[in-house]
Amino acid sequence: MSARLTVVVVEEDRDRAIAVVDAIKDTAECDVYVIGNSSALARKIAAHDPDIVLIDIDNPTRDMLEELTLASGPLERPVAMFVSGPAGGLAQTAIEAGVSAYVVDGLAPDRIKPVMDTAIARFRMVRQIRNELAETRRALDERKVIDRAKGLLMKAKGIDEDAAYALLRKTAMDQGRRVPDVAEALVTASGLLG
Amino acid sequence: MKRSHLPVAYMPLVDAAPLIIAQEMGFAESEGIALDLIAAPSWSSVRDMLAFGRVEAAHMLSPVPVAMAMGLGGVKTDLSAVSVLSVNGNVIGVGRALEERLRDIGYGFDFADPVKAAAALAEVRSGPVVFGVPFPFSMHVELLRYWCEGTALGAGGIEIRTVPPPLMATALANGDVDAFCVGEPWGSVAVDQGSGALLLPGKAIWGFSPEKVLAVKTEWAESEPALLGRMMRALWQAGRWLAKPESRSTAGEILSRKNYLDVSPELIDRALSGQFTVSDRGEQRRVDSFVEFHHGAATFPWRSQAKWIAHRLQQSHEAAASPSLDEVARVFRADLHRSLLSEAGVDMPGASEKLEGAIRHKTAVASTRGELCLMPDAFFDGRIFDPEALD
Repeated sequence: MSARLTVVVVEEDRDRAIAVVDAIKDTAECDVYVIGNSSALARKIAAHDPDIVLIDIDNPTRDMLEELTLASGPLERPVAMFVSGPAGGLAQTAIEAGVSAYVVDGLAPDRIKPVMDTAIARFRMVRQIRNELAETRRALDERKVIDRAKGLLMKAKGIDEDAAYALLRKTAMDQGRRVPDVAEALVTASGLLG
Repeated sequence: MKRSHLPVAYMPLVDAAPLIIAQEMGFAESEGIALDLIAAPSWSSVRDMLAFGRVEAAHMLSPVPVAMAMGLGGVKTDLSAVSVLSVNGNVIGVGRALEERLRDIGYGFDFADPVKAAAALAEVRSGPVVFGVPFPFSMHVELLRYWCEGTALGAGGIEIRTVPPPLMATALANGDVDAFCVGEPWGSVAVDQGSGALLLPGKAIWGFSPEKVLAVKTEWAESEPALLGRMMRALWQAGRWLAKPESRSTAGEILSRKNYLDVSPELIDRALSGQFTVSDRGEQRRVDSFVEFHHGAATFPWRSQAKWIAHRLQQSHEAAASPSLDEVARVFRADLHRSLLSEAGVDMPGASEKLEGAIRHKTAVASTRGELCLMPDAFFDGRIFDPEALD
């Protein structure tokens, strides 16, 4: 077995892939390859004969990697997602950070750990940024809907902005719903009634 | 009383209906629970969420818990399949290139006869036909293998590759696969996108195959029987509701919502009604009970079904550890199903195993209330699987 590890990162987003690859290369002696989503993923990965494969846990192409756990040819090496044994805790942390790792059978835990620790840290960061972005976007969308609902109420009932918002909030409280949901319902209904 | 929240992972498919309906139509609520349904991006992810305790229960391909019990695949956790969520519901289809060649030889796309379909495919192929399936451990794979072994296609006549259904159109276009076996709505999506035509419903190969199961960790099933019972009863009620013809349009509307399947109700209705459009020429074909959620003790996890799956997996995977098939078959928890649903007055079959493939017509069987009929479960080749007669 060569001393250098071969790591494959499955990632469609180029910037994110580069960030992960750079970090891993700084930590361990290894060759890192990036593969984007592909309808022939398993074969492309197998061609690199990797020791470790890293993939975002939310990537829908993950099921294609499952074939790698079923080595059928004599030269193919089975990989497994390690769950039990000494590396089990590491796998749990990895999953929570949003990365899932497939590792060749028999690879010593002390060789896996540095790569995994780095990958976990990177993916966690990526995930956090993504969540924050989604949260900001959602808040913005909700703001827009509430503004439209306020506008509708002001026009229909001849009230001012504060009164319109108060009405939305009271309705939401009475019905045990969120203000954005009530606003959304109002905007939809008004769209239907034309 | 405060409702208990149960996180449940599922894949957005028509056969996730019992979970979605149990939550949306109040069956969960009347059992004092709320199902927090989490749509998963992949089957691996469903399995991991369950194995790592992110969810308490999962909508799972029926061969997955069996394969795990045999040491196949990357993850090892003891799972229990406590209910069958759906019977049948897959379709086999071909890409445009094969469709054209099949039309050239006059194949009529009857969407019914597996022997004819295989003969036609065998005639037009130029090498093994490459099928895309959603997951290596799936009824899709088992049905394809069983079908080609017993027909003109022959055991080596096909290759099977994993392709997530959303990527199937691309895989067909790139020539990575020639054909596919998927669960609805993905077959109908392929037809509507003009990427393929439908050849057969899964039930043409095996008349009553357990497709998805409700899986939980075995240790959880044993430590939380009361909670599990409430969930199973809610799902059973949902299945009974889904089986009523008058529920169909409501079910389609609910499933089509953006947070569930996010496709048009019309597309979902094809599976629920069994009225299919099999090609982009608009050819219509009908299949009775294309997917079954209730009739014929559909939810009952027969040990013999698990044994059939285990037997097939053992033949196709050298790596499979070989504990006795009896042992493996115990992941289908006929015992728990019976004990937890009897309280609700559900009619239960007297046995936990049966001959698979022996029922040709709707047949009354011994049951707790004496009202149970089993539905036809024949294999297309007429063979009968006797769980007692394995080598």
